[in-house]
Amino acid sequence: MSWELTAADLPDLARGATLLGTGGGGDPYIGKMLVEQVLGDRSITILDPEEIDDDLFVIPTAQMGAPTVMIEKIPAGFEPTLALRTLEEHLGRRAGATMPIECGGINSMIPLLVAAETGLPVVDADGMGRAFPELSMETFAVYGVHGSPLAIAGERGERVIIDTGDDDRQMEWLARGITIRLGGVAHIAEYAMRGADVKRTAVPRTISMALALGRAIRLAREDHRSPFEAIATTLTTTLYSHVRELFVGKVSDVERRTTDGFAKGVAVISSLDPSSDERLEIVFQNENLIARKNGKVVAIVPDLICVVDHESAEPITTEGLRYGQRVRVLGISTPAMMRTPEALQAFGPTAFGLVEPFVPVEGDAAAAKAARTFQTDARAVVTAQGARA
Amino acid sequence: MHIGIDVGGTNTDAVLMDDTRTLAAVKHATTPDVTDGIVQAIGDLRAGHHFDGEQISAVMIGTTHFINALVQAKHLAPTAALRLGLPATKALPPLVDWPAELVKALSARSYLAHGGYEFDGRPISPLDPDELRSHAADMKAHGIRSVAISSVFSPVNHDLEIEAARIVGEVLGPDVAISLSHEIGRIGLLERENATIINAALRELASEIVDGLTAAVRKQGIEAPIFLSQNDGTLMDEDYVRLYPVATFASGPTNSMRGAAVTSGLTNCAVIDIGGTTTDIGLLINGFPRETSNEVKVAGIRTNFRMPDVLSLGIGGGSIVNEETAEVGPESVGYRITTEALVFGGSTLTATDIAVAAGRADIGDPSKVAHLDPAFVDRVLTRIAARVAEAVDRMRTSPDPIPVVAVGGGSILLSDELPLFGAVHRPDNYAVANAIGASIAQVGGEIDKVYAIEPGRRDEAIAEVRAEAIDKAIAAGARPNSVSIVDFDEIPIPYLPGNATRIRVKAVGDLDMGGPR
Repeated sequence: MSWELTAADLPDLARGATLLGTGGGGDPYIGKMLVEQVLGDRSITILDPEEIDDDLFVIPTAQMGAPTVMIEKIPAGFEPTLALRTLEEHLGRRAGATMPIECGGINSMIPLLVAAETGLPVVDADGMGRAFPELSMETFAVYGVHGSPLAIAGERGERVIIDTGDDDRQMEWLARGITIRLGGVAHIAEYAMRGADVKRTAVPRTISMALALGRAIRLAREDHRSPFEAIATTLTTTLYSHVRELFVGKVSDVERRTTDGFAKGVAVISSLDPSSDERLEIVFQNENLIARKNGKVVAIVPDLICVVDHESAEPITTEGLRYGQRVRVLGISTPAMMRTPEALQAFGPTAFGLVEPFVPVEGDAAAAKAARTFQTDARAVVTAQGARA
Repeated sequence: MHIGIDVGGTNTDAVLMDDTRTLAAVKHATTPDVTDGIVQAIGDLRAGHHFDGEQISAVMIGTTHFINALVQAKHLAPTAALRLGLPATKALPPLVDWPAELVKALSARSYLAHGGYEFDGRPISPLDPDELRSHAADMKAHGIRSVAISSVFSPVNHDLEIEAARIVGEVLGPDVAISLSHEIGRIGLLERENATIINAALRELASEIVDGLTAAVRKQGIEAPIFLSQNDGTLMDEDYVRLYPVATFASGPTNSMRGAAVTSGLTNCAVIDIGGTTTDIGLLINGFPRETSNEVKVAGIRTNFRMPDVLSLGIGGGSIVNEETAEVGPESVGYRITTEALVFGGSTLTATDIAVAAGRADIGDPSKVAHLDPAFVDRVLTRIAARVAEAVDRMRTSPDPIPVVAVGGGSILLSDELPLFGAVHRPDNYAVANAIGASIAQVGGEIDKVYAIEPGRRDEAIAEVRAEAIDKAIAAGARPNSVSIVDFDEIPIPYLPGNATRIRVKAVGDLDMGGPR
């Protein structure tokens, strides 16, 4: 069912999107304020992906760049809509809706900003199911929808079209270079597709999931229930069914560099017990990629590695990590469509140069069961499409 | 011996300490001119336990003046926020996330100008001196007396903030204070800018207060160094306070929690500090105030300070009581309590009058509140207890029972039993816990420098900087075995060669009372 999102939903959505950002994705607080400034008392129509018309023309919108830059250089405001209009002009076709390419972090908000400015509805789905650092790391691309042509816009009104055909890596590489020239943050429109392609290639209902997670954490705190149980309960009804506590401790070191347009680094979390030498090491490239407990892998991309406040469960981004913070680290399983061999090739460990193989955070047996269900579901979608055609 | 003084909006408390032992403690109404209150307080301390001026090795002062000014939106200078960053950042101009009443109280004006740097040190756009002069002329026309200047990526390169300050200063003249964001905050434009605007709004008040404090102490024949406590519980000298009053911002809660820990002997508890104007509620975990994690909101404004996680309610001894609704605060008569409260012959019904009417305190003339309806008095106290209990309940994160400690002069407003939490602990010297907290404040050493870190040598480089900060804290007077690193921040500066990184480290330890600083 489609539903209306108002400014009152934005704080919960921002919290949930930060959790799904797995440390990266940029601070949605700034995105939230950008939407608030434009939206006022109006609302935004959110479309359920199962219900959209197969011919609905969807142009996703997003911000790209390094999170360390986003918290410092705020947009002028018009850039994402300018990117969308530029791509429409290039394609000679108007969009009927926009959509996130990434449900974690600030990119949960950018399509809402575009919607608030243009009146377009937003499809409740995305192409990452979390946050990833590169534009090619999309389920859209994995299942055959390509990013090109891409329109990119900067705060001085600069516009660039990139068309690399089916080569999404090359598209990412060129767009990244332009983003660095534009000062480390730029706004884009890409992965234009039909409604039928959304149904086939997008991770469904991730906006409503982020909102539900953010709301569950807040309500649990207000009622003095465990926010961690609230997270687990909320996830059981989604495609992200498993959550595991990987570590509890204190941030003892954070090393970060802004290189090649990314915020890269390592965070070390030490045990709260000073006599224990247990530690968890998290390597990040904008997002958390791998968590090693005393050297042993406990979670790895594409599964979610989320650092949260040890009591309130407020998610903490890598740029928000500070020495001495008390934190809990959660591992959350991803939908089966994000763990197929093709998906792992696009955004699994090897895509980040990690040598460790993918291991499901919930263990192999549970993962195998989820994969079987996905295959059944995927067949059902294909059958349904066949029936409609 | 040393002296700890807490200057609140309502009361000035002072303690004479010998290390951590309290030799004398006094409480006085804060006077309109803070000087008189401090002169009286030190005079009374001397009467309680004689000392000579030269026996005092240090005077530590904690004040809630600055936060009270912000919470009550009073005594704030007309302030302009000027940001350098156009054409970027236009979507969220300065003051965008501020509560409307506070913007009004500051007569605040927001200006965007060209300037700022990209992450790699390229200019976003060059400064436009004519644009800045025209903004400054507009500030002048609107009676602006303090200016906060922020610039995109100024923690990486602050040249443009300094240059803009020069240009704006030429138009506005030397009497207008200018605060620069790179001196106040870290990466995160909106949070750093907000802290800078708060600082700017407090600059005039800061000079007034520091002048008063210094004069008062010297008048008592004490020539020892004077320190003010900062948010993190460490001390800073008077000149620093004039420039950066925002750094004292949360010292009240820090001092009261440290004081509550010392006086109650509890290490895990909720601390309720009721002063004249506000009630501050915080949690003590293993003897240390629980800190906020990411975002710190002060009077509804988002900043990125490290400070204790405190919930403030506008309830205090000087709070004005609404005679119809029985609601208390947030308006307070403040230091005027000794003339305005009913028990002191005034005409304003305050929370203190209610406490006296209920027989909870013996202050002023009880006959002046004898006419109050006992049912009404009960209603007010029940309402206060319910609001405080609800706030403590919001602060705790599990339903497990937690002891509750009440400190501060206004804690007489609180019943002995609190809904949900049971008995309230009231330690000895509870009324002067803030002054005790200020007196045990710590000293710190901070290193803030750009280092070129060779590949593979990061660990060594960091170890060196940490050792340097620890040495600095010891040189500042910290007892060596008490020093630890409390803050560490690393900002890569990609446009400089050689892996240049700005490293900030703060080491903190207990002030060694045995010798000079």
